[in-house]
Amino acid sequence: MKTLISILLLLSAVSFGTNASAEPHLRKANINPSDKVSLLRGAKHFVTYCLGCHSAKYMRYLRIALDTDADQNTVLKEIAPEGAGIYDQLHTAMNKRDAEKWFGVQPPDLSLIARSRGADWLYSYLTSYYIDEKRLFGVNNMVYPQTAMPNPLWQMQGQQVAKTHKTIWGESLELELDEPGNLSEKEFDQLVNDLVNFLVYVGEPEQQERKILGRYVLSFLLVFAVIAYLLKREYWKDVH
Amino acid sequence: MKMNRLADIGQWILERFPLAKVWEDHMTHYYAPKNFNIWYFFGSLALLLLLNQIVTGILLTMNYKPDAHLAFDSVEYIMRDVHWGWLIRYMHSTGASAFFIVIYLHMFRGVMYGSFKQPRELVWIFGMLIFVCLMAEAFMGYLLPWGQMSYWGAQVIISLFSAIPVIGDDLSLWIRGDYVVSDATLNRFFAFHVIAVPLVLIMLVFMHLVALHEVGSNNPDGIEIKKYKDENGVPLDGIPFHPYYTVKDIFGAAVFLLFFATVIFYMPEMNGYFLEHANFIPADPMKTPDHIAPVWYFTPFYAILRAIPDKFAGVVAMAGSIVVLFLLPWLDRNPVKSIRYRSGFYKKALLLFVISFISLGYLGTQPATPTLTLFARFFTAIYFGFFLLMPLYTRWEKTKPVPTRVSPHHEIEDDLPALIEEITVLKPSASEIGDPAFRGAFYNRRPNPDGIMKVLGRFAKRIVESLD
Repeated sequence: MKTLISILLLLSAVSFGTNASAEPHLRKANINPSDKVSLLRGAKHFVTYCLGCHSAKYMRYLRIALDTDADQNTVLKEIAPEGAGIYDQLHTAMNKRDAEKWFGVQPPDLSLIARSRGADWLYSYLTSYYIDEKRLFGVNNMVYPQTAMPNPLWQMQGQQVAKTHKTIWGESLELELDEPGNLSEKEFDQLVNDLVNFLVYVGEPEQQERKILGRYVLSFLLVFAVIAYLLKREYWKDVH
Repeated sequence: MKMNRLADIGQWILERFPLAKVWEDHMTHYYAPKNFNIWYFFGSLALLLLLNQIVTGILLTMNYKPDAHLAFDSVEYIMRDVHWGWLIRYMHSTGASAFFIVIYLHMFRGVMYGSFKQPRELVWIFGMLIFVCLMAEAFMGYLLPWGQMSYWGAQVIISLFSAIPVIGDDLSLWIRGDYVVSDATLNRFFAFHVIAVPLVLIMLVFMHLVALHEVGSNNPDGIEIKKYKDENGVPLDGIPFHPYYTVKDIFGAAVFLLFFATVIFYMPEMNGYFLEHANFIPADPMKTPDHIAPVWYFTPFYAILRAIPDKFAGVVAMAGSIVVLFLLPWLDRNPVKSIRYRSGFYKKALLLFVISFISLGYLGTQPATPTLTLFARFFTAIYFGFFLLMPLYTRWEKTKPVPTRVSPHHEIEDDLPALIEEITVLKPSASEIGDPAFRGAFYNRRPNPDGIMKVLGRFAKRIVESLD
């Protein structure tokens, strides 16, 4: 028995050791999908910096207004692009033909990007651009190398460069701000977090409702389980 | 006056339809062993989940579009615009995974207590047919959201049929209805998932229950309760299924639903295991994902498939891993049913099997690196070894004497007060202030590290001892 256990422990240790992946290190996004002000800021950033190329076609402006308790006219005026109606979906103005001519592929719809990639990936991706003259748009990305997307936030963030650092583990690339942008580092971080927060919300707009409803359902089930248990005990007290 | 009229109508029906008789035969006068433990909840839970899948499934079909251009959009429409659509869909997707958890535990219970042995071989065979149907149902249902994993998972699994010599290519073409997974495949999978397989499933569940009620339930002691009956022909160790097990199963269902609802409301993706992240990307026939992994409940079999270097041999091994389960009643030669009275050797073999099954499940979710493939081969060998060597090692097993009557009825909750007494100590403040009557109350106590260690030590010792 003892040898069996030690062999199994050894095997599991080895199998976890081999699982070390080459995935890029992701930094944690600091988001809160119940923060409605942040969501509205994120919506504004999305329309300003993303909607030019990307859609979020499963989302309507009305839904944003309803979920953030914002006035519908305010959403139309402050967030939606010129000419959009409150019932419109977040469609990009760029058509497929142009997109393929300019970028090689049509930029993906972003409605569900937070659900396939995760908030941390998006946050890390958007903050990991650096100058690379070899690329078509002059930038490359640490999290998603050879990305076809130019850095949409470069004016705010400034330009980063990748510097090689030598450590005992070998060489590693690290990003440094070479040329500051319009925003301070803190302001820029807030912008990216708001944007990611909005994308997480767009991935699953009902997620707040779900969490609130869950409390009621679980409370009911708890009471029900107690009553069911008492009923069972009452019936079973004569069984020996 | 009015009551009489109602009773007359009731009588009129009963004279023509044996409702009361069926109720008596299968509920109030159907005797189940009185010593069922926690493992015996999973049968009724599986029935509850089948009902959940059918009801939520019907509601989903009302808004789902089985069309390659519309399927993905219609699922998002359900998630966003249909009232309560998100809840229905999460109940269905979580229900699918929960169904497999419950069924795996239900099957393991059967293996552990020898419920497949004479005279219950057919109960086991029908159960296995249900399991195979359930896998087909889950596989075809997973294509319907038309995400990247839906698409490429189906592509991989259907292409397995092309590994069959001579007829393979034509067979997989016939299954798909096209040269790749396409709209034609989606439509036929929809038809199978929504009507064909559920009909077969319900029929098999019916036969599973008919066969079970003919021979009666096994129990954790593996004793036939029908051997000892009182003067009325009622088994001495049996109790009527209704009301005893109906009230017990209601409690079991309530506890299960607590877990189920926690997943639905707080972790519906279950970290990518119940809803895979890549499935939130619409199916793209031109772009193969880097890493194709089936949903978790198929991964043990998928790992077996990948462990074999040759594709056709891999398919045979994967099919074989399910076929051996059908043969279990004839592979296990030991007449002793319950694990409680079997040898330490068998217990260790079963433990090894469980470890290898879980490990294969984990390996199936990972990319097939050379090291991991080596592990998968090792665990595949244990998986098959457990079953195929069974006719040998179960024959010279040294079993323990089996009692004639079931062990005394014992409930975990009877031990609870003593256990709480042991792992907690009274708060110092509570002994001075407050009503003395409430001094023993749970909220007046705090954890006692020594007591907890002692209980854990005893528990560990019992586990080690129970393997001998």
